[in-house]
Amino acid sequence: MKKLPYLSFALPFAALLLTTSTGLHCLPSSAAPIPAPDAVMLNGAGASFPYPIYAKWFSDYNKLHPDIQINYQSIGSGGGIRQLLSGTVDFGASDAPMTDQQLGEAKTKILHFPTVLGAVVPSYNIPGLSQELDFTPDVLADIYLGKITQWNDPAIAKSNKGANLPAEDIVVVHRSDASGTSYVWTDYLSKVSSDWESKVGRNIAVNWPVGLGGKGNEGVTALVKQTPGAIGYIELLYALQNNVSFGRVRNSAGVFLKADLAGVTAAAAGFAKTIPADFRVSITNAPGKASYPICSFTYLLVPTKIADANKMRVIKSFLGWMLSDGQKEAEPLSYARLPKEVVAKELKQISEVQ
Amino acid sequence: MANRQPYPLLKVEEGHAGIPHFKGEANSKTAMSGIPIPAGRAAANRRASGFIQSLRSGDTFAHLFTLLCAASIQLVTVALVHQLYINSALPRHKFGFQFLTGRTWDPVSGDFGALPFIYGTLVTSALALLIAVPMGVGAAIFLSELAPPRISNAMTFVIELLAAVPSVIYGLLGISIVVPFLRQYGEPFLKSTLGFLPLFQGPAYGVGMLAGGLVLAIMVVPFIISVSREVLLAVPTEQREAALALGATKWESTWQVVVPYARFGIMASIFLSLARALGETMAVTMVIGGTPAISASLFAPGYSIAAVIADQFAEATGDLYIQTLIELGLVLFALTIVINGLARVIIISTTKKGSRR
Repeated sequence: MKKLPYLSFALPFAALLLTTSTGLHCLPSSAAPIPAPDAVMLNGAGASFPYPIYAKWFSDYNKLHPDIQINYQSIGSGGGIRQLLSGTVDFGASDAPMTDQQLGEAKTKILHFPTVLGAVVPSYNIPGLSQELDFTPDVLADIYLGKITQWNDPAIAKSNKGANLPAEDIVVVHRSDASGTSYVWTDYLSKVSSDWESKVGRNIAVNWPVGLGGKGNEGVTALVKQTPGAIGYIELLYALQNNVSFGRVRNSAGVFLKADLAGVTAAAAGFAKTIPADFRVSITNAPGKASYPICSFTYLLVPTKIADANKMRVIKSFLGWMLSDGQKEAEPLSYARLPKEVVAKELKQISEVQ
Repeated sequence: MANRQPYPLLKVEEGHAGIPHFKGEANSKTAMSGIPIPAGRAAANRRASGFIQSLRSGDTFAHLFTLLCAASIQLVTVALVHQLYINSALPRHKFGFQFLTGRTWDPVSGDFGALPFIYGTLVTSALALLIAVPMGVGAAIFLSELAPPRISNAMTFVIELLAAVPSVIYGLLGISIVVPFLRQYGEPFLKSTLGFLPLFQGPAYGVGMLAGGLVLAIMVVPFIISVSREVLLAVPTEQREAALALGATKWESTWQVVVPYARFGIMASIFLSLARALGETMAVTMVIGGTPAISASLFAPGYSIAAVIADQFAEATGDLYIQTLIELGLVLFALTIVINGLARVIIISTTKKGSRR
């Protein structure tokens, strides 16, 4: 036999060599200021949704304090919680708050610090439809339960007078991967539909009654864009950055709202008075006329006891900066900032880190 | 792990193709077949220098080193199974063997069954082979037997390039080309021509088992082509000449002599691609539709074992959920072994009945 497909074996190695060598080349330049001997390095891991702003925060903070370097791996909320519990990272990050059971497994008490807000929007593809659709909570729940199967269903037409809704099948699209986005969406549906709560429930992944699964926001968006008659839910951040059109949703005050950053911040403000001390709260279906109903906090998870005094000091000062100057960077990156009331409560919580 | 399996077959083929092994038997065979080797002197030399000689020539060292290489792979396999096994204790005790027949996948209530994933894995892999084997073997025959060498080499280069493309790229290809094509043309066409079969019924979403199988077929075809081409090229020219001398046409010589001669190598290429199809993750995840359901129609969305692990492991929380995903890994491992074993038995038993060399 002649050479087996040597090329097919050799190519990955060549690629590996290339990436590692280029990686080595760019390492010194990205860590340009050589850390001082008393430099502090923090490691965190978790949610991927806030990664863009975390990356910007950590790099900006490093510019302000060249002796501090914070590394963050966006491995997913579940992974972040696991790593925090096993003590391999200094802090975690998650889109959903930790459960009582998870907190029970922790060696020290863990604090939740909301950082920014996210929202989920319904995107759809109906050929020939000129106006934006208004969705009531019941309609969204019934579409995802498989009870409403046609776009010209009277329930949809009722809140969309004058829309030329076609007699086409609704193709329901959901996330196939486990994700915080699905958690927020199913949490909202559970709050507005008792049927949904008893049959499906809320989780990062559920037993979907109907529909197709797409991987990630990009997968769902691709399916919705390609498939006539499709509806899918996507992260507001992703929709804004990629110009995906989406519909209005009726909030608990009866107002149809198109999601925007102000509406999301307003939803958090609507809960500000009743927010529990540990910030573990769902803010879907928030009260208030200006509140967009499908949104959530994303959290940094910080242990109360940090043995290394330097790390403790750095975490506390970073949290303080993130809640003041850091918040100003949220909106340019399409994240909704925290309302003032929540920031004030969090600043008090910082003192619990010891 | 799975890539390892075809190699014993390949080695057999190497022997057939006339490349001598480094073992003693090969030498004695060539000596017996009449090639003049000064056998006496070699034996004397060996006796005289003994162990040092063998060390100097590297035989012992090579023996030990290669043994170590082979053993370490076994060790990795054992460690892998061990880890999968101990880390899936919770669902094994909770569901037992019913896990394999359960159809529900409900992370909310903690009720998990593997059947839809096993089904999806098997159907997409079978579909992939159904498409890829005739196409791949056909292309290999053309490239090795019929095409002018210059064209053959150029085309082979492109094909081997394809084998090195990362699977996420195939996934993107799937979601941006294969899926829209299937929804607009492929599935409506199948429905109108073969729609009486339950396989081709239901709404045409584009994503689904058919898309998964098709993307897998595109992915494994380069493996089948490049390995099959190499083994076909390794068939001794005498075989072809003998067939032609007996009055066979070019095609008869190719199909009735060359291809049967190379059948073990071609089979090896099929096993290699079957292993890849069973375990392929990213590309399938992107086009299969992510729905744990068992449906007769190929148009329906489904799910494969590797895809659900890739989809849900990163974010999964709770011991039962995570361990169930690990147990699915164990199921995939067992499935790969069973399927590969079955495929071997079927192919070897059927080819024995055919032309025997």
